[in-house]
Amino acid sequence: MNADTADTSVASEPAKTLGEPIIVIEDVRKSFAGLEVLKGVSLTVRQSEVVVLAGRSGSGKSTLLRCIDQLEPIDSGTIRVGGELMGFREKDGKRTPLPDHLVARQMRQLGMVFQNFNLFPHLTVIDNITVSPIKVLKRKREEARAEARALLARVGLPEKENAYPRQLSGGQQQRVAIARALAMKPKVMLFDEPTSALDPEMIAEVLDVMVDLSRQGMTMIVVTHEMGFARAAADRVLLMHEGVLVEEATPEEFFTNPQSAEARVFLSKILRH
Amino acid sequence: MNWSWAYFFEYLVNDLMIRGAWTTIWLSVVSMVLGLGLGVVAAMFKMYGNAVLRVIAEFYIWLFRGTPVLIQLVIIYTGLPQIGIRLTVIESAIIGLALNEGAYLAEIIRAGIMSVDRGQNDAARAVGMSWRERMWLIILPQATRTIIPPLGNQFNGMLKTTSLASVISMEELMRNAQMLAQIEFRVLEVYLVAATWYLILVTIWGLIQQRIEAHYEKPFGPAAAVSPDAKKQIEKAMGAGHV
Repeated sequence: MNADTADTSVASEPAKTLGEPIIVIEDVRKSFAGLEVLKGVSLTVRQSEVVVLAGRSGSGKSTLLRCIDQLEPIDSGTIRVGGELMGFREKDGKRTPLPDHLVARQMRQLGMVFQNFNLFPHLTVIDNITVSPIKVLKRKREEARAEARALLARVGLPEKENAYPRQLSGGQQQRVAIARALAMKPKVMLFDEPTSALDPEMIAEVLDVMVDLSRQGMTMIVVTHEMGFARAAADRVLLMHEGVLVEEATPEEFFTNPQSAEARVFLSKILRH
Repeated sequence: MNWSWAYFFEYLVNDLMIRGAWTTIWLSVVSMVLGLGLGVVAAMFKMYGNAVLRVIAEFYIWLFRGTPVLIQLVIIYTGLPQIGIRLTVIESAIIGLALNEGAYLAEIIRAGIMSVDRGQNDAARAVGMSWRERMWLIILPQATRTIIPPLGNQFNGMLKTTSLASVISMEELMRNAQMLAQIEFRVLEVYLVAATWYLILVTIWGLIQQRIEAHYEKPFGPAAAVSPDAKKQIEKAMGAGHV
């Protein structure tokens, strides 16, 4: 993966330089009640890279994302973010799970955006964004609020700071959720089907924010069915099938010349309409 | 001896009854606050504790929900001195009522926490919150909304349950009514006055509870469903209609 491939995928994009590997995943396995959902997944994501993770529902792509963010503990394998082993302490080749508060600290490096937004309904928009910077990072209240306002402007919601989540449309809620994740200044943003719960007319406003974010050099892993986003912003498209990554290509290659049978089937279903 | 309104009204503002009512209020509040603390701890032990803590919480809840408060109070005040634990009337009343209340509140709090969407815990973890931060900042404030109505019901019950403390000579409404009844044997008047006082306290509490509920409903309630923009438009439209 290099700047050239990203450049050819979208002609109008300026050349993008990918940095050092920031997420390194090796042979990750995960089962739920005896059902193996991830069957040995390895993946390296580099600084500023935008990776789209596609696949049918049940293929394990959301689980992979949740494992990266430590929302689900993994059964075996390793996940490193910025060189740091996630979720475990390693000593003399033996590893033990990290206690909750240290996992929480690791998770601050990653921003997560959920399919159902998961905004905190009892807090106003600005409190949703600042609660963790103030209470967890111990930032000064006024500083955190000023940054939150800047983030709200960035996601196009400057006038909504005192609204409660219930008063916002789905698209607006998801943009607040993106601002909330960004407020922790994460190294990587993870998106778990961010537009799947949205009405069609609201999808674009969320994707616009995401494309904008990718242009500013944010490293992103995006689980999505929005192939338009993959074309516009992805450096790489990965296809997951039954718990393994079966295809890895630039968007250009993925859509025009898929290598695996699974990718061809997937594309035929996605592009039928 | 016929019914006498004069006695009724005299007793209603009798010093003994007013002091009794005041005792009932503070005894209820103190016992409730302590019970709430116990309930939160027991709920946490039961939901998130290791096997030992879970068993302790289960045992506590089982014991105090399974025996009458009256017996609990009598054991604490008159039984425990036998093994060298001597508590004053006030201490016994507060401890007994709080322990009993905590056992009930534990289950109410547990249900409240379970009513919070799991995605909230995910989202709170995703913004780097530790377990304690998630609990205090995200989960419990939302659980409170579910907990308040049954909690208010419990406090309503508590105001009346305190009357049982009269058996260990706690000088609250009931005990003071008993004493007052001994003076002129106006039994009906005295106890109807006591009943009236309970009604007054419970009614006031009902009003306070409404306020508290409204506060916690604010982010969720129907008022919140109307966006400020829409509200402005509605006001404008209504304003135009008025001549």
